[in-house]
Amino acid sequence: MAATGGTTSQLGIDRADVRRARTLAREVGKPIVDLAQRHTTVSVERATLRLAGLGGADPDGTPWVNRLADVVRADTGLEHGVSLPVWDALLRGEAEDLLTLAQKAAAGSVTFRLPEGRDATRARTAARRAVAAGVRTIDRQRTARERMIAKVGDAPSKPWIYLIVATGDIHEDIPQAQAAAREGADVIAVIRSTGQSLLDFVPEGATREGFAGTYATQENFRLMRAALDETSRELGRYVRLTNYASGLCMPEIATLAGLERLDMMLNDSMYGILFRDINPIRTFVDQRFSRQIHARAGIIINTGEDNYLTTADAIEAAHTVTTSQLLNEYFAKEAGLEDWQLGLGHAFEIDPDVPDSFRLELAHAMLARELFPDAPLKWMPPTRHMTGDIFKGYLLDGFFNLVGALTGQGILLVGMMTEAVVTPWISDRDLALQNVRYVMNAAGRLHEDFRPAPDGFIAGRAREVLGEAIGLLEEIKADRSVPGEPPLLSAIADGTFGLMKRPADKGKGLDGVAPKAPDYYNPATEILEGRA
Amino acid sequence: MSLIRPYGDTTGDGMVQLSFTLPIQHSKVAEGAAVQLANKMGMDPALVVHAKPMGEGFTFFVVYGRVNHLVDPSTVEVVERDYPLLTPKEANAAIKRSLRRRLVVVGGCIGTDAHTVGIDAILNIKGFAGEKGLEYYRELKVVNLGAQVSVPQLVEAAREEKADAVLVSQVVTQRDAHLLNTREMSAAFREAYPAAKRPLLVVGGPRFDETMADELGVDRVFSRGTTPGEVASFIVHRLTQPRPTSQEAS
Repeated sequence: MAATGGTTSQLGIDRADVRRARTLAREVGKPIVDLAQRHTTVSVERATLRLAGLGGADPDGTPWVNRLADVVRADTGLEHGVSLPVWDALLRGEAEDLLTLAQKAAAGSVTFRLPEGRDATRARTAARRAVAAGVRTIDRQRTARERMIAKVGDAPSKPWIYLIVATGDIHEDIPQAQAAAREGADVIAVIRSTGQSLLDFVPEGATREGFAGTYATQENFRLMRAALDETSRELGRYVRLTNYASGLCMPEIATLAGLERLDMMLNDSMYGILFRDINPIRTFVDQRFSRQIHARAGIIINTGEDNYLTTADAIEAAHTVTTSQLLNEYFAKEAGLEDWQLGLGHAFEIDPDVPDSFRLELAHAMLARELFPDAPLKWMPPTRHMTGDIFKGYLLDGFFNLVGALTGQGILLVGMMTEAVVTPWISDRDLALQNVRYVMNAAGRLHEDFRPAPDGFIAGRAREVLGEAIGLLEEIKADRSVPGEPPLLSAIADGTFGLMKRPADKGKGLDGVAPKAPDYYNPATEILEGRA
Repeated sequence: MSLIRPYGDTTGDGMVQLSFTLPIQHSKVAEGAAVQLANKMGMDPALVVHAKPMGEGFTFFVVYGRVNHLVDPSTVEVVERDYPLLTPKEANAAIKRSLRRRLVVVGGCIGTDAHTVGIDAILNIKGFAGEKGLEYYRELKVVNLGAQVSVPQLVEAAREEKADAVLVSQVVTQRDAHLLNTREMSAAFREAYPAAKRPLLVVGGPRFDETMADELGVDRVFSRGTTPGEVASFIVHRLTQPRPTSQEAS
């Protein structure tokens, strides 16, 4: 493993410390993976039905996957998974296809049972065949992406320029996204409607109304990807598309992203727990399944460490970012993601009035770069100290870009000087891109010359943060406040992260979690884990 | 107070700066159009100091110019602070003296608003603008419900905690969500509590108008730049004084 970048550390970091940090992350993460493997959730089951091709919604807008999964759950419970009862019903001739079955189930004219013996074997085979077709679609989309990049070309340089659109109306988003791409964006993120993360279903169809963002739906994904394909061909470079998996429907949204060839997804292992008060077990189960899908789809994940710094102090909480990155890395790799797919997050959020704030930012960013030399890293601009003084904000964004240039960030979310004032205007985006281009043009290769003094402030600070992160991981590992529970769950319950206390038996979506029965079967997990 | 006009570098020069985008390809005509707009806005003479094409069919302008308008500060209406600013120590002492127990504050973001930046700046011990948040005040018991709290949840939490004051932050303003949510919230509290028992209702957010408290049915509206000390001082002032029977005039 290229843990410290192969050569000696610029920051004087001891390789043994890096190994220690990763070992601790594994020790803390492993019991959570075991827990995730022992449970299923309604969203994992619905994602499985989506892979088998069930889409659409009833006249009230409730997706058929929800209607079907709810009836199956009422008849046979969630603990066996929905696959055996659903394909058993199809084999019994209750309906000719999944959609009809869902409609009949919603009308109350089908009763599900848990098949046994030969019936169970036949149901497994049929379920596996249906779900495998969906996984093949994901595989084809991955190949299509690779082919298209080979044909039209990739983003010309790193970091990839990441711009956001968020009108609430997909038909407004499309021209804005195309314009942003023409102006230089390599990655387009369509911000979701506020509150979608707490919906326990994925809305359906093309949507024209949202709050501060546009709903993530399969049709919106398809429309935007098609539009960006057109723009990619026009510009001669593949423009990537990002959306957000986090929330109560992580597995389903990840599935839809794979089916519709999105290229990146926001997917953090703990964001939903800490910032959305989603039940911890629900989150970890959903996170693991969604990341297995992302791994298969060749999607790059973006983790959400920047969020820690918007609620806690960016200096005091610097080590929580490192800790979270290490945990996100462990969970991601366990789910099958590779280094190139890990857009681990961090952000430029130190109070600019603090002396040496720039040196501190540089130290933190260099630490992330050294710890994860082969990960693209997602570099997030200042938001907390953007005050409405757009002139100062523009300067701050320039310094943010400079740290990005100096530390070889893979994905750079372009900061807007009008952050906290308005949703970006056309001129805000243009000025922001000029800022990025100036810095990259003027100092893009400064990292070739720049070496922090080995005993200097920057190197010392980086070592200090790593030391604190190791300390925090040790503290988490030793947390036994809830006996029998994985220490990380106890630590989350104590408020170790972001000062928010999230006990494992509370939070939204808990009623959608079930421990797996011995005869639980899910063909998607079986295929994604390469078993049988 | 005397009449004033904008100041560039000389008293009375009336100089202002302005930037905007016009949906027109960059050309001499476009620059002329920018001058025309500035003139119509009262800038005369107006000087286009920068013009740059942005995207297809758009041009961005920076314009400097003189305005001849005068402003009269004596006719400006604002909500002046009608309570003394207290240090945390003074606030604690006032609570101890008059309530003889801790003052309970319940806060959160209601509706679909997920932006906890505002409520956290006021409540988290870390605070904002160099002032510690309400959690720092020994005599305040702070219950931060976080993001996306429904109004019934908020009312229930207020009852459960026997809240003296309820703080609500609203950042998202699309389709006036902040105003609708606030009205819904104040109505729910009026319904759930007899008038004399209702907790003090305080809302805040970057886009609120501080003069709208009456209209929204709350006791106070705080806007952009409000610090924790101001909020704490207001709450302590109102809850340690005999409650006025009608809304205070501002």
